[in-house]
Amino acid sequence: MRELLNMVIVLTVLSAASGGLLAAIRNNTMEKIEYQKLKFLKAPAVKQILSGASNDPITDKFKLKDGGNEISFFVGEFNGKKNTVCFETFGKGYGGDVGLMVGINLDENKIISVGVTTHSETPGLGARAKETPDLVKQFKDIPLAPFKVKADGGQIDALAGATITSRAVCAAASDAGTIYQRLKPEIEKEISGLSK
Amino acid sequence: MAKSLTQEFVKGLWAEIPPFRLVLGLCPTLGVSTKMEYGIGMGLATTFVLICSNILIAMLRNIIPSKVRIASFIIIIATFVTVVELLMQAYTYEIFLQLGIFIPLIVVNCILLGRAEAFASKNGVLPSLADGAGIGIGYTLALALIGAIREIIGTGSLSGNILNLIKYNVPHLFGNSYEPFTFMTQAPGAFVCLGLMLCMMNLVGKK
Repeated sequence: MRELLNMVIVLTVLSAASGGLLAAIRNNTMEKIEYQKLKFLKAPAVKQILSGASNDPITDKFKLKDGGNEISFFVGEFNGKKNTVCFETFGKGYGGDVGLMVGINLDENKIISVGVTTHSETPGLGARAKETPDLVKQFKDIPLAPFKVKADGGQIDALAGATITSRAVCAAASDAGTIYQRLKPEIEKEISGLSK
Repeated sequence: MAKSLTQEFVKGLWAEIPPFRLVLGLCPTLGVSTKMEYGIGMGLATTFVLICSNILIAMLRNIIPSKVRIASFIIIIATFVTVVELLMQAYTYEIFLQLGIFIPLIVVNCILLGRAEAFASKNGVLPSLADGAGIGIGYTLALALIGAIREIIGTGSLSGNILNLIKYNVPHLFGNSYEPFTFMTQAPGAFVCLGLMLCMMNLVGKK
């Protein structure tokens, strides 16, 4: 009986101490880990879209709630004006969600450029959406609209052999437009808050 | 007969160097040794866990009831592995992305449980610290060596960045005309490389 009690106590105390330690470390590293994810997964796309910005879009960012989702917005400053935002949306691809970083100019309400962030598409087919500029370059400097591939009666040339991926990118870009229009007043408010 | 602390430390570097002499911890040895950088990262992560768990287990060796010792060891090891995983995500995210699944898998690395059971649970704190450090550093050196061989032969160059402290980049070791022997960077190459090294270790050891 004594031995049994002993075992229970030792295991309980060990597990509790372990849980406490891990919770403490997790709390202390959470911010840093989020920053690292930002830096290695999202930042390359943000940097490319907002290339030439005079600020650091990775630090000039804010979060807004859209429905149940929280979206991070990265702000780019051009010619002394913080007039461009960049955020990530998702479309259903062939192998899962395709993440698309979309840069939108606030003054002209148009997409300046887009870049694929995360995907699990087939190498050599859908993966070309990220590896080659053929698809994303069609989204350079175009007004917001519901985008569709040409096979669906739209305006975007799909990648050969990767229609589903191309559709995902179109859906993500269209989504970005609707989210942007829905949140525009809040985005402008946040940006004027950043400028101070 | 108690050995000196130095002896406990040094044995891990040659006489009991994990992948070659104990032939333990082969899963990460084969999996992550495609580049010297990853080998060192994996080795250091394992060393950290090994030292911490050895110390703690040696401290608690008289408190932990023998019937639940394995469960207790696993809790202790798993805790430190998660600590390493979080710290790597926070500070060396690039290496974390490359090592990926192999970091959580340190929990089931036989070296750790082996040292806990065979050494730390029977010895004091200081010898266990020396043992953990020796075995850990031996493991790191072995992984670095296999990684370096595979990287050099497989890609023809050697480059990396260890903990943001040491950066090295040696392109085209064999000149520009060298055609990389990519077999070495793939899984079968790891087996061949490890086998040949084991063979050499035994040859040298015989003399």
